[in-house]
Amino acid sequence: MTDASVPQNVAPPPAEVPEVELYHAHSWITKYVFSQDAKVIAIQYAGTAIAVGILALVLSWVIRLQLAFPGAIPFIDANVYYQSVTMHGMIMVVYMLTAIFLGGFGNYLIPLMVGARDMVFPYVNMLSYWVYLIATLVLVSSYFFPGGPTGAGWTLYPPQSILTGTPGHEYGIILMLVSLILFIVGFTMGGLNYVVTVLQARTRGMTLMRMPLTVWGIFAAAVMALLAFPGLFVACLMLLLDRTLGTSFFMPSLVELGERKDYVGGSPILFQHLFWFFGHPEVYIVALPAFGVVSDLISVHARKNIFGYRMMVWAIVAIGVLSMVVWGHHMYISGMDPWFGFFFAVTTLAIAVPTALKVYNWVLTLWHADIHFTTPMLFALGFLVTFVNGGITGLYLGNVIVDVPLSATLFVVAHFHMVMGIAPVLVIFGAIYHWFPKITGRMMDERLGKIHFWITFLGAYAIFFPMHYLGVLGMPRRFYEMGETAFVPASAATLNIVITVIALAVGFAQSIFFYNLFKSLKHGAPAGGNPWRAASLEWQTPETPPGHGNWGKQLPVVYRWPYAYSVPGAPEDYLPQNAPPVRGERSP
Amino acid sequence: MSVMGLFFIFIATVAVMWLVRQGVMESPWLEEGEVAHYRRVGGAEPPTAGRVGLAVFLAVAGCLFSLLAAAFFMRGDAPDWQMPPIPGVLWVNTFLLAASSVALQVAVVAARRANAERLKTALLIGAVTAALFLIGQIWAWRELLELRFFAASNAANAFFYLLTGVHALHLIGGLVALARTTDKVRGAERVTKALTTRVELCAIYWHFLLFVWLLMFAMLIGWADGFGAICRRLLS
Repeated sequence: MTDASVPQNVAPPPAEVPEVELYHAHSWITKYVFSQDAKVIAIQYAGTAIAVGILALVLSWVIRLQLAFPGAIPFIDANVYYQSVTMHGMIMVVYMLTAIFLGGFGNYLIPLMVGARDMVFPYVNMLSYWVYLIATLVLVSSYFFPGGPTGAGWTLYPPQSILTGTPGHEYGIILMLVSLILFIVGFTMGGLNYVVTVLQARTRGMTLMRMPLTVWGIFAAAVMALLAFPGLFVACLMLLLDRTLGTSFFMPSLVELGERKDYVGGSPILFQHLFWFFGHPEVYIVALPAFGVVSDLISVHARKNIFGYRMMVWAIVAIGVLSMVVWGHHMYISGMDPWFGFFFAVTTLAIAVPTALKVYNWVLTLWHADIHFTTPMLFALGFLVTFVNGGITGLYLGNVIVDVPLSATLFVVAHFHMVMGIAPVLVIFGAIYHWFPKITGRMMDERLGKIHFWITFLGAYAIFFPMHYLGVLGMPRRFYEMGETAFVPASAATLNIVITVIALAVGFAQSIFFYNLFKSLKHGAPAGGNPWRAASLEWQTPETPPGHGNWGKQLPVVYRWPYAYSVPGAPEDYLPQNAPPVRGERSP
Repeated sequence: MSVMGLFFIFIATVAVMWLVRQGVMESPWLEEGEVAHYRRVGGAEPPTAGRVGLAVFLAVAGCLFSLLAAAFFMRGDAPDWQMPPIPGVLWVNTFLLAASSVALQVAVVAARRANAERLKTALLIGAVTAALFLIGQIWAWRELLELRFFAASNAANAFFYLLTGVHALHLIGGLVALARTTDKVRGAERVTKALTTRVELCAIYWHFLLFVWLLMFAMLIGWADGFGAICRRLLS
């Protein structure tokens, strides 16, 4: 690829960084610790997210043990139970899923996939990770303060979240709110980078419509996160002031333990609006990157171009826009105007249209494709099934009239774990198996990977599928123990024990993944530059793992879209995005 | 939440228009070879990364302030709501912030004409007036506190401190950026293009903060009550 191949009419990317201007690390510390290289930051983000994710996994065992064997385990009292529920939820949603998709995969893949040398503001990017780390440490540190972490539930609804009856009301709730505020500040720094890098640093020929769907997904999610997180920021800030200064933003006048509190006239509903203004887009902030990654995994491992690329992009944008106006469906039982509920039900169900469109397109991509059942492909297929399953129960809950009886039961727990717990986690695993060769230069063990997949996939179903049934029975979520309850039969307790045993087993089985990860790091088979014979740009780097600056002397030039698989007449079954076109050859 | 709705419609419209202009209607699988991207609109130069970054940040900050406004109107519906008296010094502060904004605009013009002397003076005036604005805000806080309008005694007081405080924090962040720019201008031998861009970014941020302050001030002195009433009718 010489300079002569670059026509003069093509504008260079505004943020194209010449090799000389790139920041160069001079010591071990600036290279691996306070690094400004997006790839190192990505691994730091992902490592931290997985570490707190493991903590959240252990907490889920605490929850399950209590539900199966109420009162049998001495250290699990009501306080520990509620603290575990709260921390499990908050860690998984914010500190694990958001951080790993945007901070981890976003940082690693965006610059490589759009052909940039690095993020456009590397210093801010580094700060973003360190603020995130501090936020995580502040959150975890609440275990070491008197009273422990907050047990308010991950939604932190006032007034109960700051009253003395809730565990962790002394320090836990304050640390939680401070930690969230820090997280949002850190995320905003990262999010600016992701968005501006996609906008400004794409290489020559990389139009928006030639970006892989992974980048589209992460880009749309980053934009949504930038607009949605201020909602949580405002809610946390005001709740913090209510707790520390005694203001009455959210706290109504109330009597607690026979003592009249100083709060007057605050509106708990206002908190719910602000919280869910963030909370619902958050679901799609996690889901959209997963959608994007899955599109790429399916296309690469089925050796076929993604079906309906344009519609996939439009669907991502449509989901992004719609998801900002559906938050009310989390508040159906808060006593809203029926017309308001009607509005939110309509917007909620409308999201099913672009989402279903994506599912059809994935299925149609698989139709008559040359499917390779590699581990990443298995995880992608697992995602598809799980996501459809969770999505359909979403249609139930989106209707006000169905939601009212099912609200706050295990049905809701089953729904959101399927759709935004298991489904994105399967994608994360698939993505790690898929991109591990690029990150380390070695393959992960396929056999162990497949064992890991089947245990995780079937296990997750065995855990969450029966919960729908428990929910329909009316078993409430978040209850410490059921006691003697007329409408819950004894068989429900047996089912709870089964679920818990499987949850413990599936949790432990994740050690297969970590064993595979660390073993392959040293002893995996050498991968070469492009083991999956993929067309997108990140597989075409001159070095594997990509060096600092990603592209050596010359940035790549992009000639086609990233899904040129099985092109008739092409020498191989894929055409890399940066391979110059041969005369007379046409993309499919 | 209507405030939020208006803000969101604005953002969504900008985003969709931009996407269409960037060619989301194209069929990438039919096109091969080089295509020009970063389409230039009306022959203008493509914006720099810093400018786009600032635009995105302003969208985030705009979202933050819209949410605060939405919360202000929703909470303002409660019967206990009692706005504190507005300290007269706020009028002076408004004037100071406007002067600061004008000074930075003068700085931009001076930078474009490579007039280093005027640039330095304008930046200095901008920074000093902005700092005076902050001192004035603290003064207003003290005045209210002396009259015993505490944050805990009424939510309206709390909103007064919250809104002005968040705005002041944004301005302090801006002052840090402005100080670094001024430092660069002093060290530079002549006014380069990069320097001009930096000054422009500061000025855009200043205009944004002035705009936010004017809306916020209107809310605090009650000129926006009619709007709040409309919001509440929509929501309840």
